[in-house]
Amino acid sequence: MVDRSSVLERRRSPLHALTEELEHGSGAGVQLHEVPFLAQIGLRVRPGSPSAAALEAALAGPLPAGVGQVTALPAGRSTLWLGPDEYLVLAPDERDGGLDPAALTAELVTALGELPGQVVDLSANRTTLELSGPHAQDVLDKSCRLDLDPQAFPVGHAVATLLESVGVIVWRTDVGTWRVMPRASFAVHVARWLLDGMREYR
Amino acid sequence: MTSRRLATGGLIGRDETIKFTLGSTTYAGFAGDTVASAALANGIARVGDSIYLRRPRGVMTCGVEEPNAFVRVEGGYGESMLPATTLELADDLQMTWEDGIGTLDQSVDDAEYDHMHVHTDVAIVGAGPAGLSAARAAVATGVRVTLLEQDFALGGSLLGRPGEQVEGRPAHEWVQQVRAELEAAPNCRILLRTSVFGSYDNNYLVALEKRTGHLTTEGMSRQRVWHLIVGRVVLATGSFERSLIFAGNDRPGVMLASAAQAYLGRFGVLVGERVVVFTTNDSAYPVAADLAAVGATVTVLDARPSAGCQLPPAVDVRFGMVVVETLGDEVVTGVRIASADGSDVVPQELECDLLAVSGGWSPNVSLHSQRQGALRWDERLVGFVPTAPVARQALAGAVLGTSWTEGCLSEGAAAGADEVSPVHAGERADRAGATADLWLVPGPHGDLATHFVDPQRDNTAADVVRAVGAGMRSVEHVKRYTSISTGLDQGKIGGVLTIGLLTQLLSAPDMAAVPAGQPGQVVGDGAEDGEVNEGGRATNASMRPSPGALGTTTFRAPFTPVAFVALAGRSRGQLYDPARLTPSHGRQVELGARFEDVGQWKRAWYFARHGEDMDAAVARECRAARENVAYMDATTLGKIEVRGADAATFLNRIYTNAFAKLAVGKQRYGVMCRPDGMVFDDGVTFRLADDRFVMTTTTGGAARVLEWLEEWSQTEWPDLDVWFTSVTEQWTTIAVVGPRSRQVVAALAPDLDVSKEGFEFMAFRDTTLASGIPARIARVTFSGELAFEINVSGWYGQSLWDDVSAAGESLGITPYGTETMHVLRAEKAYPIVGQDTDGTVTPQDLGMSWVVSTKKEFVGKRSYERASHNATGRKQLVSLLPLDTTLRLPEGSQVIEQAAAPEGPLDGPARMPIPMIGHVTSSYHSQAIGRSFALALVKDGRDRVGQQAVASFGGRFVPVEIGDAVVYDKEGTRRDG
Amino acid sequence: MLIIDCPHCGPRTEDEYGYGGQAHVAYPEDPSALTDAEWAQYLFYRDNPKGLYSERWVHSAGCRKWFNAVRDTRTYEITATYLPSDPRPAPHGGPLAPTTTAKE
Repeated sequence: MVDRSSVLERRRSPLHALTEELEHGSGAGVQLHEVPFLAQIGLRVRPGSPSAAALEAALAGPLPAGVGQVTALPAGRSTLWLGPDEYLVLAPDERDGGLDPAALTAELVTALGELPGQVVDLSANRTTLELSGPHAQDVLDKSCRLDLDPQAFPVGHAVATLLESVGVIVWRTDVGTWRVMPRASFAVHVARWLLDGMREYR
Repeated sequence: MTSRRLATGGLIGRDETIKFTLGSTTYAGFAGDTVASAALANGIARVGDSIYLRRPRGVMTCGVEEPNAFVRVEGGYGESMLPATTLELADDLQMTWEDGIGTLDQSVDDAEYDHMHVHTDVAIVGAGPAGLSAARAAVATGVRVTLLEQDFALGGSLLGRPGEQVEGRPAHEWVQQVRAELEAAPNCRILLRTSVFGSYDNNYLVALEKRTGHLTTEGMSRQRVWHLIVGRVVLATGSFERSLIFAGNDRPGVMLASAAQAYLGRFGVLVGERVVVFTTNDSAYPVAADLAAVGATVTVLDARPSAGCQLPPAVDVRFGMVVVETLGDEVVTGVRIASADGSDVVPQELECDLLAVSGGWSPNVSLHSQRQGALRWDERLVGFVPTAPVARQALAGAVLGTSWTEGCLSEGAAAGADEVSPVHAGERADRAGATADLWLVPGPHGDLATHFVDPQRDNTAADVVRAVGAGMRSVEHVKRYTSISTGLDQGKIGGVLTIGLLTQLLSAPDMAAVPAGQPGQVVGDGAEDGEVNEGGRATNASMRPSPGALGTTTFRAPFTPVAFVALAGRSRGQLYDPARLTPSHGRQVELGARFEDVGQWKRAWYFARHGEDMDAAVARECRAARENVAYMDATTLGKIEVRGADAATFLNRIYTNAFAKLAVGKQRYGVMCRPDGMVFDDGVTFRLADDRFVMTTTTGGAARVLEWLEEWSQTEWPDLDVWFTSVTEQWTTIAVVGPRSRQVVAALAPDLDVSKEGFEFMAFRDTTLASGIPARIARVTFSGELAFEINVSGWYGQSLWDDVSAAGESLGITPYGTETMHVLRAEKAYPIVGQDTDGTVTPQDLGMSWVVSTKKEFVGKRSYERASHNATGRKQLVSLLPLDTTLRLPEGSQVIEQAAAPEGPLDGPARMPIPMIGHVTSSYHSQAIGRSFALALVKDGRDRVGQQAVASFGGRFVPVEIGDAVVYDKEGTRRDG
Repeated sequence: MLIIDCPHCGPRTEDEYGYGGQAHVAYPEDPSALTDAEWAQYLFYRDNPKGLYSERWVHSAGCRKWFNAVRDTRTYEITATYLPSDPRPAPHGGPLAPTTTAKE
């Protein structure tokens, strides 16, 4: 049996080679860093169905009801609305007291049982970039066509959209703090794209 | 040259001198100057020559409509065709005049350009009196307001009349006060130097901001393209003053009256001291007054019998008079004048050094018209005006023909507050006074060769006459026959002049040939029967049509020029297109991989060692895979997890072959087709549980397959319980291939029985690797060799790559790339969807009838009963073996029958068409069979196996033998090792 | 750039969407019962009206849901968006002209 911590040592996040680049590109006006290894579990269930009820019970919180909504859950978890029957559960890195994503997935798979729907471990499918600072919104506005002003995109709001041509989830976690979640393969491009847009505000 | 700058006046910063160079001469100007105003201040009357006729030209306008004064900026990337009238003077600008045409700098423009996307509740285009008033009113309502102004100063037409009283104070003070209010408001964004060049559906505006001409910050773009999604657009775009068509109307010293006023009022430049003002309307009288007030000698020639306004003091006004010709050589020294009605047979001459012209005003309707906003010809305003704003837009000020400042303010305020304009149409015409519809002043010499309509394109009234003579009637045809309005002008100067001129040249019966549907055109115009309608008056009694009967040319973006590099924004160089990377990308770079693009993915193409070329590397990699063991990154294949009670039923309907009975723990290759029966995608699908599958797709097809599955599920079969989630990047996959792959996998996964008996072909197992990493290992092959595909979470992708490298090191495991993968699969005739297929190819065409179920129903099945499917002549996948075994046919080579081939090579097109029977889809050199080979789609190819044909490329014709598609290991003996 | 009102996500720009052709062209219940001509009608023939047109779109970059939109082909104005399970909305109180189906 291999020691769990040595397995975790073997993980590499999509942006592990860019740590320094992200640090150099950050400044007083805007900062960028990766938040690696969050557990991410994809859910597909019809809202209001027994399937949804089963997962809500397992998560100890309701599924978000509509576009942009995020439900805060115990244990530092959140559920994002991605579509009318599609959600993404986010939970802390195992190293920060979270569960092994496989274990969390198994928990939810068990909760769903034979009911219609789907529970899929997507932890490595995307990574998370955190963009923050007084000019963070300006940087996003360079390539995101959504209305990002606070009245249209309040704190706690998250949606799937495009950053230039790349699909991402954009989540405003604070007035000046955004999480940008691209697919893992796009992460380096998205990080470099954001760094490029940050230069004038650094 | 004498300075034309007055000692006082203007809105320039006289304490800030700016040096600039035009040609080889250095001049001085002031902050707040344009290049044109500084040039005029320095006494430069003649700028570049005209484009074709090489006539001397001078500054004619003070705005974006300038047809003559263009400069190229030198130093760094040379930018051409910049109107001197809009270019802000900056220190050490080095410029040369251009003769109506630019030259493209062949070097790379390495300046930065970027984009910005914003939403605003109200966007106001134009910051003249109407726009400023609209902005002030909109800001007061508390919504988000964006004010866009192409100039570097706010004020619009007021800039030229700084002394005019506005709301009880001089205009320039009023502008500064409004500016301060707007800047202080938290809900207002002011974008100066920003030209809205496109107006699109749903109030989507696109604008170009010029940024670092006046500022420089590290990392700041030189220009920025703004994309604005707008709740309500207020167009306060003003109007263009028209010139008049008379002989020599392009000579330096001829200038629009409003421009002469602006150079004086805004820049303190008195362009001429002996001025003739030639007008058809009242708007030129204040110009005359302003010029006279600073000491110029001014004579007004008014084509009308009388004026509708008070006459300025100290100005000689002559009614019913026109300019028939300018006099002078390089610059205007005088004008020949005559009576407007032609009664004065002996033209008189007047000396002058400036001829200020006003032929009336054309509302700047471009952005309105880009949105298909309707126009009508206003008989009294003598111009095309918007009939009504388009949805969620408002119009205010001179764009509607509102010509007086107070009217612009109240109309702007209403537009800004989303209220109805208090100004009535009749009031606009009353306040503007009468404008004579004078479209042509015949010359004294009988010709029209110097009566310029579009000075930038050097088009004259003679060109329009010739176009009409050639049968052109529509203004669109005349535009293209002559090239009027095709340059930078885009109708700003030449548009309405051409239309007006056409009304002089066409009679009512001619109008029968005018096609309908032009902007501003009145359907069933009354010109024919001489009746007046809303669109126009049939002047000159029965025969002369109204401009409203012709309509305008179509207004299209961009309103002002925009460089492609600005539209590209930051999508250049390294950021041109997203590069998708796999978790082990870095490792492959370290191993010397050359990459190729597959979709947006970077895939290792081949790994060159010790100065190998590609052929040598691929040969080595192929041998390793067929004779030893090799590994490749297969992460890029699309992966979709499918779950639900009806998942198997769904897959059974989507794939051509059966999936219902696939056992748990096994995989199956499947092909999916469109309803027309053509191959759409393919891949292997794993059954994880009765109700759970993982489907793989082609690398490029992942997204469209997921949408395809969702479309059938959501729209056709919503009753099926089935769910789809993309897991493409959740997993990373490494293929371990070759006769000794079993040893490598055994070392990696000690818990797994990898024996032939214990791990059969097309089975898969979930296990934990020696490293502790959970993995799913599949026995599957894309080479015909014994092979395993190891899947782990993407987090462990790099670790897996390292572990495979280490586990195979003692065996000499070899990394390989996509080129080797292609050779290996082509030897086995495994098709690549999108390379060997093109949307016209069925599974049967590929020789894969075995994958098409005859029992169950599936998408596309019905098409296999169609006559076209069963007719002869379908292209089928075969191999081509060039008789020259070293020759690799280029992919795309045409295949023809032997009898159709010419005797020898061709160095040009064949004289007669040569019928083709197919084309090469894939072509490689095979290590396994020691020769070149190709896959090709050939008509009735399977019936031709064993026959010779000819492949054609680049004028060559080479003999090939048609063979069975599979060229290696036809019996499939190698897959079990 | 059209701005399309996704029934689930609200207004988003056109680049987030994919186009799916004419809506309300149902996959025939029993394709094998159709003549070649009827099957060809289903495969290849679509309406091309000057005016209102019901068409399928997918919100690719957002909720991944397919939906229908009524678009005026003359003006690009999208007058309604609705779920695939919903009937076609009547414009201004009147019914839309029927569209071609394989059975007709």
